[in-house]
Amino acid sequence: MSGTAPVVTPLPVGSAGKLSGGWWGVIALIVTEASLFGYLLFTYFYLAAQTGQDWPPTGLPGLLIPGINTIILLASSAAFWAGERRIRQGGVRSSIFGFIAAIALGSAFVAIQLLEWKNKTFSINSDLYGSLYFTITGFHLCHVIIGLGVLLLLLAWTMMGYFDHKRHVAITIGGVYWHFVDVVWLFVFSALYLSPYLQRG
Amino acid sequence: MAAIDATRHRIDPPLERIPEVGRIPAGSPIEARLEKIWETAPGWRGWLSTVDHKTIGVRYLVTAFLFLVIGGIEALFLRIQLAGPDMAFLTPEQYNQLFTMHGVTMIFLYALPVLSGFSNYLWPLLLGSRDMAFPRLNALSYWIFLFAGLFMYISFPLGQAPNAGWFNYVPFSGPVYNTGPNIDVFALGMVLLGISTTVGSVNFVVTLFRMRAPGMTINRVPILVWGTLTASVANLFAIPAVSLAFFLLWLDRQIGAHFFDVANNGQPLLWQHLFWIFGHPWVYVVVLPAMGIVSDALPTFCRRPLVGYTAVALATMATMLLGFGVWVHHMFATGLPTVALSIFGAASMVISIPSAVAVFAWIATIWLGKPVFKTPFLFFAGFVALFIIGGMSGVMTAAVPLDWQLNETYFIVAHLHYVLLGINVFPVVGAIYYWFPKFTGRMMSEKLGKWSFWTMFIGFNAGFFPMHIAGLLGMPRRIYTYPSRMGWDEVNLITTVGSFIFAVGVLIFLVNVVLSLKRGTRAGANPWDAPTLEWAVSSPPPAYNFATIPTIASRHPLWEGRIEGEKEHTRTRLEEGYLLMRGRETLGTSPIDAKPVVILKMPEDSYTPFLVGLFVSLLFVGLLLHSWTFTALMAALSCAALSVWMWPRRNLGQRTARHDPASARRGGKGP
Ligand code: HEM
Ligand SMILES: [Cu+2]
Repeated sequence: MSGTAPVVTPLPVGSAGKLSGGWWGVIALIVTEASLFGYLLFTYFYLAAQTGQDWPPTGLPGLLIPGINTIILLASSAAFWAGERRIRQGGVRSSIFGFIAAIALGSAFVAIQLLEWKNKTFSINSDLYGSLYFTITGFHLCHVIIGLGVLLLLLAWTMMGYFDHKRHVAITIGGVYWHFVDVVWLFVFSALYLSPYLQRG
Repeated sequence: MAAIDATRHRIDPPLERIPEVGRIPAGSPIEARLEKIWETAPGWRGWLSTVDHKTIGVRYLVTAFLFLVIGGIEALFLRIQLAGPDMAFLTPEQYNQLFTMHGVTMIFLYALPVLSGFSNYLWPLLLGSRDMAFPRLNALSYWIFLFAGLFMYISFPLGQAPNAGWFNYVPFSGPVYNTGPNIDVFALGMVLLGISTTVGSVNFVVTLFRMRAPGMTINRVPILVWGTLTASVANLFAIPAVSLAFFLLWLDRQIGAHFFDVANNGQPLLWQHLFWIFGHPWVYVVVLPAMGIVSDALPTFCRRPLVGYTAVALATMATMLLGFGVWVHHMFATGLPTVALSIFGAASMVISIPSAVAVFAWIATIWLGKPVFKTPFLFFAGFVALFIIGGMSGVMTAAVPLDWQLNETYFIVAHLHYVLLGINVFPVVGAIYYWFPKFTGRMMSEKLGKWSFWTMFIGFNAGFFPMHIAGLLGMPRRIYTYPSRMGWDEVNLITTVGSFIFAVGVLIFLVNVVLSLKRGTRAGANPWDAPTLEWAVSSPPPAYNFATIPTIASRHPLWEGRIEGEKEHTRTRLEEGYLLMRGRETLGTSPIDAKPVVILKMPEDSYTPFLVGLFVSLLFVGLLLHSWTFTALMAALSCAALSVWMWPRRNLGQRTARHDPASARRGGKGP
């Protein structure tokens, strides 16, 4: 009978990886945050479709810097992934390097993005496009900064020797959130930077 | 198996073990130990730090009822103003603020929170668990709800309350036409409340998939669980739309953005889309759990299981799925293309099919059962009647040409009150009568109960049915007065009288609650002879809910063996089960077939949820006051409190014990 016979093999105790409540919780969080970005992009496309202006009004966005920045962010995800893999294999020390690299790359993304902002000729309250651009990228940047905070905590905890190959649930949870923040950027990037090229044909 | 002494096993491998099976007799020393593990500290410390789902559930219920009373008083003011033509009891601005706060209070601060109260209290008991998946998140969601409610009322005493309706349409709510703090309070308050609803929903979703007693397979969970689950999943998708809408509005108002600003290519209709993409699912969020309450409690009074369990469970989910595709029926009169109108009109008609499935299931249950006419039964039967009337008016307005006639008239007000009071308030009051003995250990008075039902039922229909007629006579919504020659005088007078009768009914109910708390006859564990698991534990339940984790073998564990046609004998085991008492523990099971997969370590009471809730709420106060340093400070404090909260702990099995052998020897009791 399903599940009604008493357990005879040992069960894991406490927050064991993907059996932990936290893992399920972060997946639910990602679902709702993904919806949030979905509505942001809906807002963008809806307003772009309704306006009679040229879109974007300031001309097509340059792709070089944002393109490089995209790669930096993806590299950060990869570094974190490698660090997590090392911890699962028992290499706590080398995982620390992975986390440091992930944080450095993530911080570089933030710095470059702030430079991008500075170089814009419009602002959040200058026109509709400015409102959209700064709100959407701002939402994403906030997520990156929060993600970096999480990564810093994870790094500290790893250095304090909290985790080993058996118990590192916080890393799994924080990691999937970081990957989510990076994947969302691909959508934001496609909408704000690539889609205008498609529309102009 | 005989009772075994769980205290023997002090030293264990902390990362995995076989859970012992046994019995814990009432009054035994092991039971006392279990009590000690789960109890909350007395006094204010326990008050601020408790994470017990039962306490949190009761808090939700009490707070939501307070908001119901406040919202009700606001409504009575509105009805006095509308009792006759050309009245000057309220000024137009006062009227606007009162009707807005009435809607906001009822829809956001009462309707869902009250259901969250029931679900919080009942879920672990219904599922055979010792708590929700995230007890501390549960506490946080309550605190933020409370603070968001207070937040939305802060400008009320200054005469600056939100004043643009609960739907808050732009441009009237935009920076040009509404210059005071009114709308900012509403906008920020809604974003704050959204946090509470979201974390609460995450908790319900994860609890369902993880925390069911062994053997409670997915097709055995009570319908209330299906209702709350569906509502919570919907919230995860819908809440971001409204939070975003309100946040963008705040940016327009305070930072000078242009999302809804027509003069700069913004679009007022964007507001309506974002609001109703949320708004329509929301109207199901506030009724599906209530429908679940009826589906679970009505059978007790019909002395037979619900007819069509599977159909009702599927209908619940189908309603919500369709509910995401009908938002445009709130926008039929905004000049959208005809194709869109036809599609959304048709979808809105289709949505009545799953609702009808549930209605027929309830009627069949009453028909085929042997009804016992206790007070809860009256409320549930009354609910079925009101649901049918409200559903009919819904389908009528789903027809586009008819809606063009009825839109923005009192007909819509009639519709929304029949559905909201009919499908939310009546089941909720019935549910209080039903579960009051479980909550308090005492029965409510039947005599006052019958009085409260008939007064509420007659008052409600006298008050709200005439609104259909007012609407058909062309009376618009949201007007603060009307001239006498329109022919609306009589219906409005009747409506006002009816609403006061209804209020008297609610008052009788509240008096009943207070009197029964002190003088109600004592209730045993299962005073209604009900079938579900919450009635297996004492009234009120002990802090740990279940002394041993039970094993479930049917949908109605307490009726096993006496249902006609049911072949198998009693298989559910309630006395003997998993002991799990090395600290706060409960069992985690697999999502579909509820096989034990993990021993979950539950957190103790903690102040962090309260602190995080407080700091986050103050952060919103900072935004409201444009005090950026204060805002930043509160953000930093929130982060600090969150880090403490999330700090990996050995006794929850979140970090390795390897580096601290001393603690491993103590059996993982470290910090
Ligand atoms: C049979 C299912 C239903 C259908 C077809 C339906 C249809 C509609 C339509 C077409 C409108 C818009 C009318 C207008 O503004 O011109 C409306 C308004 C409304 N409905 Fe329903 N409805 C249904 C069930 C419900 C339920 C279950 C609830 C909630 C408990 C609900 C709550 C509301 C509310 C609050 C409004 C007014 C919104 C406002 O303030 O403008 N409806 N409904
Ligand atoms: Cu609707």
